Amino acid sequence: MTVQELVSQLELTVFHLEDGGRAVTGGGYCGDLLSWVMGKAPADGVWMTIMSNVNVAAVAALTDLACVILTESVAPDDPLLRKAELQGINLLGSSLSTYECAVKLSAALGG
Amino acid sequence: MKDYRFDFHLHSCLSPCGSEDMTPANITAMCALAGYDIIALTDHNTVGNCAAFCEAAKQWDLLALPGMELTCVEEVHVVCLFPDLEHAIPFGDYVRRHLPPMDNDPRFFGPQLLMDSRDQLLGEETAMLAGATDIGIYEVAALVRDYGGLAYPAHIDRDSFSVLSNLGLWDSEMGFSLAEISSRCPPELLQRPDLAGLRFVTGCDAHYLDQISDPKQSMNLSEKSINAVFHWLINSQSSG
Repeated sequence: MTVQELVSQLELTVFHLEDGGRAVTGGGYCGDLLSWVMGKAPADGVWMTIMSNVNVAAVAALTDLACVILTESVAPDDPLLRKAELQGINLLGSSLSTYECAVKLSAALGG
Repeated sequence: MKDYRFDFHLHSCLSPCGSEDMTPANITAMCALAGYDIIALTDHNTVGNCAAFCEAAKQWDLLALPGMELTCVEEVHVVCLFPDLEHAIPFGDYVRRHLPPMDNDPRFFGPQLLMDSRDQLLGEETAMLAGATDIGIYEVAALVRDYGGLAYPAHIDRDSFSVLSNLGLWDSEMGFSLAEISSRCPPELLQRPDLAGLRFVTGCDAHYLDQISDPKQSMNLSEKSINAVFHWLINSQSSG
């Protein structure tokens, strides 16, 4: 499944889509403490978080995630949006809770 | 007694997110121009540029405190201030042993530049200063006191890296009697019942030279000395 297909299936908001054709092969990770995400998020995976500050982009780039989904209708602050554009991070949003979003992601990725 | 203008939350080019223009020489010059009397350097999880900062402050007649902005395991930022380098450096060594076991990647987090007081580059810090230590927020007040310093949570009004955002409430059991607020803190926030009795200082949290703003606060001291500053921080009833 590609990031673009994920956007359609999970009805995600697009804050910045750099590479919609990128494959999502790493599964998902949920968490808000960046130091945990840094060490645990899987490459080519999807990170679901309510964090919306500029460090989210750095962590996503460091862990080579396929995309980030800001859950609970959280919107990125301006520095994060700029950094996502600069570093080519696929930055998406969902109105669902992190749990509900993860459940839908799991179904979309084949359980 | 005299009022002294102060700010105790400044980052140098050693902080991964700090501008490369934030050399100790530039920061102290900018603070002198802006009219400060007493300042502290608080880089993320390091005191590595404090010696240069304190040295550079001398030529401007600024009273300079070595400090650190510690990142707790809860990803809460805490300002830690020390009376001198002799107290700050051992604490810096302690924190170094509690950093995540990975190197900084300057591509994502930025360079971490060690400088002397005359704008000469001494080297780059390779440890990962952008991460969180494994020191818990409930340990910090006593830990810093044991090292001869004083600690208080940073920018509690912000929605990231703050006590209120990450823990949801202020717990007096943490042992802090002071809290830092940002200059944009809405006044009504300070009316929260859990903040009752707490004293506040403002920190500019400058990462760039143009973020060193005009002084927002002052402390009324009998003399411009480290002892008087710590006495004020520990005992003053209002932030003046």
